[in-house]
Amino acid sequence: MLLLWLILLPVGTGLLAYASSSTRVRTALLLGTAATHTAVVAFLWRNPDLVALGGWLASDALGLMVLTVVSILFLTISTYAVGFLQVDRPRGGRIFVTCLLAFLAAATLVTLAHHLALVWIGMEATTLALAPLVFHRHDRRSLEAVWKYLVLSSVGIGLALLGTFFLASAQVQGRPLLLEDLIKHADTLQPGLLRGAFIFLLVGYGTKMGLAPLHAWKPDTYGEAPSLVGGLMAGALTSCAFLGLARAVEVMAAAGQSAFMRPPLFALGIASLLVSAAFIIGQTDLKRLLAYSSVEHMGILVLALAIGGVGSYGAMLHLINNGLSKGLTFLAVGNVVLLYRTSEAASIRGVLQRAPWSGVLLIVGLFAVTGSPPFGMFVSELTILGAAIRGGYAWLAILIMALLAIIFVGMAKMILDVAYGKPLDSGNAAPEALPLIGGPLVLAALVLMLGLFLPEPLREFLGQAARALGGAAP
Amino acid sequence: MQPIHDVLLLLVVLTNFWVLGTTRLSATIRATAVQGALLAGLPIALYPGFSAHILGLAIGTFAVKALLLPWLLSRAIREAAVRREIEPLIGFATSMLLGAVAVALAFSIAPRLPLPELHTRVLVPVSLSTVVIGLLVLTTRSKALTQVVGYLILENGIYVFGLSQVQRVPFLLEIGVLLDIFVGVFIMGIVVFHINREFDSLDSARLTELRD
Repeated sequence: MLLLWLILLPVGTGLLAYASSSTRVRTALLLGTAATHTAVVAFLWRNPDLVALGGWLASDALGLMVLTVVSILFLTISTYAVGFLQVDRPRGGRIFVTCLLAFLAAATLVTLAHHLALVWIGMEATTLALAPLVFHRHDRRSLEAVWKYLVLSSVGIGLALLGTFFLASAQVQGRPLLLEDLIKHADTLQPGLLRGAFIFLLVGYGTKMGLAPLHAWKPDTYGEAPSLVGGLMAGALTSCAFLGLARAVEVMAAAGQSAFMRPPLFALGIASLLVSAAFIIGQTDLKRLLAYSSVEHMGILVLALAIGGVGSYGAMLHLINNGLSKGLTFLAVGNVVLLYRTSEAASIRGVLQRAPWSGVLLIVGLFAVTGSPPFGMFVSELTILGAAIRGGYAWLAILIMALLAIIFVGMAKMILDVAYGKPLDSGNAAPEALPLIGGPLVLAALVLMLGLFLPEPLREFLGQAARALGGAAP
Repeated sequence: MQPIHDVLLLLVVLTNFWVLGTTRLSATIRATAVQGALLAGLPIALYPGFSAHILGLAIGTFAVKALLLPWLLSRAIREAAVRREIEPLIGFATSMLLGAVAVALAFSIAPRLPLPELHTRVLVPVSLSTVVIGLLVLTTRSKALTQVVGYLILENGIYVFGLSQVQRVPFLLEIGVLLDIFVGVFIMGIVVFHINREFDSLDSARLTELRD
C-alpha cells in the first residue's frame, strides 16, 4: 500500500496547493511533499520488492533507480523553485506549484507501474502536467514552444499506446500487459506482433526522450521553459521515457529478440549524437545548448542498451548521472538567466565576477555534463565505451569518442565565454539567494561522489537492473 | 449482408475522407463528431450481449468523442471566427489520394498479421489507415485547429485497434485513454485559444520564431 500512497500523496497536496491562497502554505506543501517523497524512496532502498494492487505496482531495481533520480531531482528543484518564484512569478505561482506536484505524482506512477498500460497513462500525465509550466511566461515564443511540445509529444505518446496494444495482442498466456507475466511467458509471445510493438514503443517513448530525428520539440521547449522546468524535463521526464523504453527492452530481451532491437537502437543513438554535435557547435543560446546536450545523452543511453552486456549496467549508471548533472546545469543556467534576463550567450559575460557561486556551479556543471573526470558521467561513459569495445563494436566506441570530443569543445567554448570575460554592463555583484544555490550545490556534490565511488547498495541495484535488461554487471 | 460492425468501420473510413476533402473547419468538426458516434457504436456491435463494461465504454466514448470534444472545438472556432482551411501544403486532392493509398496498403498488410481473422479482415486495416490519415492531417494542414482534429483522428485509429483487445485489457485502461485524450485535447484547445489571441490567427504556420 505504501507504493499507492507514494503516488497519491502529491496528488492530494497538489489539489490542496491549488485550493490554497497563501504562498506560504503552497511552499510548505511543495517542500513537505518533496521531502516526504525522498524519505519514502530511501525506505524503499532498504525494503525493495514491495508489491501493491495485485502486482500492478511494484518497486523493482530498474524502476527504483529512475524513481530515485526523480525524487532527488524533484527535492532540489522544489527548494530552488521557492527562490525562483520569489523573483519570477507572473501569475501568483499557484498553477506552478500544482503542476510540479502533479508531475511528481505522474512520474512516480511511471516508475512504480508494472502494468504497461499504467506506465503509458503515467507518461501521458507527465507530458500534460508540464505543459502549463512551459507556457509560464505567456508570450509568443513560449506559446510556440508549448504548441510544438504538445503536438509532438502527443503523437509520440499516441504511437506508444498503439505499441502497448500491439504488445497486448502478441500475448497468448498470462494476465494482459503485466510485466511479470509478459516476462514469464516471453517464449509464447508472437514474434511478429512483438516486433511491431517494440518499433511503436521505441518511436513513441523515443519522441518523449527526444532522440534524433524525433527531437524537434526539445530545443524550443527547453529554450522557452523556465530553467527549473527544463531541468525537470531533461533530468526526470526523459528518465521516465527511458524507463518506458526499458520496459519494452526487458520484454524483448526475455523473448530472445535482442538482435532485432539492435539496428533501430543504433540508428537512433548515432543520429542523436550526430545531431547534437552538429547543433552544439555554433549554438547561441545557453538553454538550447543544454537541450542538445540532452539529445546527446539520450543517444548514449540507447546506444548503451543496444550494446548490451555491461553496456546495460553503464546505461543505468549513466541515467542517474545524466539526471543529476542535467538538474545541476539547468539550475546554474537558471541563475544566470535570472541575473541577465536572457539566455542569449552573446549578451552574458563575466558571470564569475557578478555571481561567483553561480559561476562556479556553471563551470562545475559544464565538466559534469560533458563527462570529464572526476565526475560521475566520466565513469558511466567509460563503462559504456569499454562494453562497446569488448562487445566487438570498436568502431562505435571510436565514433562516440570523436563526437563527445566535438560536443565538449562546443559546450566549453560557450560556457567558459559566459563565465569569464568582462561583464558587459557595470552591474554590481548580485546577491545570490540560498535556495538558488543550495539545490545545485547538492547535485554537484552527488555527481562528484558518483565519480569517486559507488556505494555498495547502488552497485547492487544497478546490477539487478542491468540483468533485467538482459545485460550483466561488471 | 455485412455484419454491422464492419459497416460501422467502413463508415469510419468515410469520415476520414470527409476530413481530408473538406475546407470548412465546421465540417471537419462535424466529421469528427460523426466519427466519435460511430466509434461509440463499435464496442456494442463487436461484442453483442449485455455487459456493463462494454456499455460503459460505449457511453463514455459517445460522451467524450461525439459530444464534448466537438463542442469544445466548435467553441474554439466561434471565438476565433475562422471558417476555412487555406490550401494546405499538400493539396486536398493529393491528400485524398495519399489517404486512399494508406487504406489500400493497410488492407493488404493486415491479413498477414498473426491476429484472429475476425479482426484482421476489417478492424485492423481500418485502425492502421485511420492512424496514417490522422498523421497526414496533422502534418499537412496549417490551422492549429485542424491539427488538433488530426490528432483526434490518430487517437481514434488507436482506439479502434484497442477495441480488439478490449475484453482482455481491463476497464481501467479505457478510462485512462478517454481521460487522457480528453485532457490532451482540452489543453490543446486552451493553447489554440491563446494562439488565436496572440497572433490574431489560428495559423500554426506563423509559429516560426524558434529555430536554429
